[in-house]
Amino acid sequence: MNKMIKYALFLGCNIPARVQQYETSARSVLGRLDVDIKDIKEFNCCGYPLRNSDFKTFVLFSARNLALAEKLGLNIITLCKCCYGSLKMAKHHMKKNSFLKDEVNETLAKEELEYNGNLEIKHFLSALYSDIGINTLKEKITSNFKNLKIAVHHGCHALRPSNIMQFDDPIAPVIFDQLVELTGAKSIDWSLKLECCGAPVLGINDDLSMNLTKRKLIDGKQAGADYLCTACPWCHLQFDSVQKMMLEQRRLNNHLPAILFPQLLGLAMGIDKQTLGINMNQINIGELKIEN
Amino acid sequence: MLFTVIFYTSLFVFLLGLIYKVSTWFSLEIGVASKNFTISERISAAARGILGVIFSPKILILVKVFILDVVLQRRILKEDFLRWIMHMLIFTGFMMLLLMHAFDSFITTPLFDEYYSTLNPFLFLRNFFGIMVLAGLMIAVYRRFILKVPRLRTSPMDYYAIIILTVIMISGILLEGIKITSYTEFRNMVKNYSALDEEEEILALEKLWVKDFGLVSPNVKDPIDPTIIPLSKELHNMHCADCHSSTEWAIIGYPAARLLKPIALRLDRLGCVNAFWYIHFLACFIGLAYLPFSKMFHVIASPVSLLANAVMDKDKSFPANIATRQAMELDACTHCGTCSLTCSVAVAFDKTGNLNILPSEKLVFLKTYASGKDLKKNELKAIQEGIYLCTNCDRCTVVCPVGINLRELWFNVREDLIQKGNPIPLVLSPFSFYRGLNQQKLESDNYSNPISIIKDAIADKCELMKNPDEVISLTPINKKFKEKVDLSYQATTYSCCFSCQNCSTVCPVVGNYENPQEALGLLPHQIMRSVGLGLKDLAFGSKMLWDCVTCYQCQEHCPQGVKVTDILYELKNLAIKESFNNE
Repeated sequence: MNKMIKYALFLGCNIPARVQQYETSARSVLGRLDVDIKDIKEFNCCGYPLRNSDFKTFVLFSARNLALAEKLGLNIITLCKCCYGSLKMAKHHMKKNSFLKDEVNETLAKEELEYNGNLEIKHFLSALYSDIGINTLKEKITSNFKNLKIAVHHGCHALRPSNIMQFDDPIAPVIFDQLVELTGAKSIDWSLKLECCGAPVLGINDDLSMNLTKRKLIDGKQAGADYLCTACPWCHLQFDSVQKMMLEQRRLNNHLPAILFPQLLGLAMGIDKQTLGINMNQINIGELKIEN
Repeated sequence: MLFTVIFYTSLFVFLLGLIYKVSTWFSLEIGVASKNFTISERISAAARGILGVIFSPKILILVKVFILDVVLQRRILKEDFLRWIMHMLIFTGFMMLLLMHAFDSFITTPLFDEYYSTLNPFLFLRNFFGIMVLAGLMIAVYRRFILKVPRLRTSPMDYYAIIILTVIMISGILLEGIKITSYTEFRNMVKNYSALDEEEEILALEKLWVKDFGLVSPNVKDPIDPTIIPLSKELHNMHCADCHSSTEWAIIGYPAARLLKPIALRLDRLGCVNAFWYIHFLACFIGLAYLPFSKMFHVIASPVSLLANAVMDKDKSFPANIATRQAMELDACTHCGTCSLTCSVAVAFDKTGNLNILPSEKLVFLKTYASGKDLKKNELKAIQEGIYLCTNCDRCTVVCPVGINLRELWFNVREDLIQKGNPIPLVLSPFSFYRGLNQQKLESDNYSNPISIIKDAIADKCELMKNPDEVISLTPINKKFKEKVDLSYQATTYSCCFSCQNCSTVCPVVGNYENPQEALGLLPHQIMRSVGLGLKDLAFGSKMLWDCVTCYQCQEHCPQGVKVTDILYELKNLAIKESFNNE
């Protein structure tokens, strides 16, 4: 790599409060890959939770973040798929509807911000895959997992609607699988791979939410997975904290622990467990077999 | 005599206020968490908690936090350098004035044999500390009214704090200035403290004081004959110098004296020394008496909050102590606005104008609410929106300079406020995720009430849903409703739907139920058709709308390019708006 890749890191709200291990592991992985990360303290919520009730405020939330990064001439990297989806969605709507963009800019002008749309939004996975590249990643991997079967969980809002998200093939995505297989683990096929984790309706319809989670966990387990691999704080909380709650409430008999992708990758890069926050996962993920 | 009476009265009011305020820490019930404890349980839990900390290694944490966070105010420094400077100037300056100057008979005199308020270094230091406070006050005014720090709201309490400090400081400076110039003061001093009684000698001394000490005398006119100065100096050294450093060391009082010089004689005759003396002392006494009830109470409550939060833990501390701490934290808040500045959803305030969205203003609300105020319908609606429109990102808790655990406070109060029996639209949004995640900490009996109340309230407005057997007339079509589905440019794609049912087939929510229509009402393809037919009730009234996980499978798989998920989003927006915003 000749040029250092630089992003503004968009953490969103869940990660700093509830999934800190995602941040520490992602930062350490990106650090090993010499990616320059800029933190923008003024970032706010992406607006995702507001979409149900107030579309325009949702767009304003996203636009403010985009404008902040744009002001510094930076592209955004997100760790959360819902943040990714929201920022992309808002960007798309403002591109298609200049009235909306003007209205947003009118509000942003109070803070001397302006959104023009001159930036890219990347998810952690897409940044690794397309900006940093498989070959660079390969060089940094020091150990390989043997006989490890991983069920990758995609997370809906990065994948769909595919015409806007442009993340991967919506029917047969490959990016996540290829990244996982770099570590020597096998990304297994499982039928509910592309389904929702259930998080969006937790607190609204818990039975539905947990049923969706349960179906995926059982399906992954049946397909032979040792771990479910996530790359979104909502999905991770659902498969980690909520799964733990389901086990306690006896809604579920067998557990399938979830590991965040940068944790998996970090282990293969030889980053220590402490930094990767392995112990911060609610469901103990035990010892992963690594061979040098 | 009057002085003593007023002083003891204000001290008495202060102490009563202090006792009252501290007692409210044990009696105020905040949110749902405090309901289970009596006052005596809370007091004894606090005593046990405090003793437990004092006689444990945790005492070291307290010492550390006291030095770093209370004295050096590290948490303010982390957020904003200018604010730290401001607060340090006011805090250190005022504390030093309080100890050295206001309490001189209790502190400075016993400590220093040579203490006279008119002698250096005390004379100089008093002025120096005064300048510190004044400079801090100027920064405070600058930040609030000129720089206009975003989302820093100024309430009457903030005005009061700035005004009372300013009055105390300015009156003190003017008092010193006027005393320097005062001829009456000079004559009194000569009479009481020197053995001089010959008018000639007094005049000689007077001339030196006019020349060098800022005295304004009716007897001395410029220029002063220099031959008399050696005598003047001798007299000064004999009678004054032991207790008087040069007034020029009063680095702010002396300039004030020079400024007042042209009108000094008149002021002296009018008895302004006394007047400023009264203003200065009355302002101090008012400040003291009113302290427990004003923003200034934070000088007591904020350190308590910092220390308590440093050693308390939600899972390990007595729950009764958490309730007490939360009541105390309301007093610790200085309304500094740091939380609102960093709040992840504060932008929503810019859009909706609902002040309760800002954490600093929620706290203002809580102060009145905790004291038992009844809420009007629209006030309740506004605070419910404010308390629920929160991503629980913890940023407010992380930055609070006085260490208030806002995360726990919100969680506790939120539950109380949403259990009032009225429908709250935001409950049907991903803001509910946090509540779902923490449901084991909530009372399971009424956990689902807020959810069913809002779902029922929306369904209740949809007549057609209530009468499934009713024959629907297809004309006239509700065109007004159809036109409203236009928030995003692509919403009108519903008209392309030909009911192939692909969307409903791939929907994981539909797939979750054996009898989806019974569980969900209309399925996605039916909702699309309902919009096309202008059947508002059917489009709004389906549970499907609120159970949609927004996974976009339907939209991705629609052969006609209908933006199914986006249309469901729009319908949710509309249903909320039409059902509640007009009320």
